[in-house]
Amino acid sequence: MFLNQFLLLAAILFCIGVYGVLARKNGVLVLMSIELILNAVNINLVAFGAYWHVNDMANVSGQVFALFVIAVAAAEVGVGLALVLLIYRNRQSIDIDDVDMLKG
Amino acid sequence: MLALLVAQNIAFYIIAALMVFGAIRVVTTKNVMHAALWLVLVLSGAAAQYILLAAEFVAITQVLVYLGAIIVLFLFGIMLTRAKTGNDDDLDNKKAAKFIGAGIGVLLLGLMSYSLVDGFKDTEFGNLMVQRTTEVSDSIFSTYLLPFEVLSVLLLAALIGAIVIARRD
Repeated sequence: MFLNQFLLLAAILFCIGVYGVLARKNGVLVLMSIELILNAVNINLVAFGAYWHVNDMANVSGQVFALFVIAVAAAEVGVGLALVLLIYRNRQSIDIDDVDMLKG
Repeated sequence: MLALLVAQNIAFYIIAALMVFGAIRVVTTKNVMHAALWLVLVLSGAAAQYILLAAEFVAITQVLVYLGAIIVLFLFGIMLTRAKTGNDDDLDNKKAAKFIGAGIGVLLLGLMSYSLVDGFKDTEFGNLMVQRTTEVSDSIFSTYLLPFEVLSVLLLAALIGAIVIARRD
């Protein structure tokens, strides 16, 4: 297997996630697109980790970083969904476009 | 050895195709519930790719944390915000914003794939070894002990923050 297979798959997923963040209006769907982006990064980390592990058996830094990213993603989704719920409670809608009170 | 490599490649491309299709459905479907279910396909595909990369512990963690916890959180979020269960035409931004988003995505993909293909050319993995969970735990609890502790404090902070934000007073 080539290293590039995994890197290109991650790049494709990353770009789909970026499109989702830009094109979606619904708050929950924007959070889902952010999950896609974080997963793409994780695939990169694990791929590089496996690549280094072949040469240096004691080195599993890629996996450790991927685990850290998973934990941070869990925290991010918890806080993000709490914010979305709060927006829904105050405005009866989770359209990101409606949250424009800072515009003046 | 060659047969194993061919099998690995076939598995990779099948899973990758499913993941890309699922990801595209996540960002284009008109039904919020379906988007969450397509996300399940993408996340479990990622877990399968980790198995292909012989990273067993990350694969199991992916299934536990993403499929077990985060998807359920998303479904809760969808239910609590009373999203339409059927098709909803009001999920996307205006046409112009979608075109700009697609343009940025394609541009970014072109740039990244050019630099990846140029930079890594045909670097092969070589003989992939199973990255055992003992090695991972040794690494976490020696080299990466401090980030690990910081991460646990971050999770606690996020937990308390989420409760404070979402609590009804």
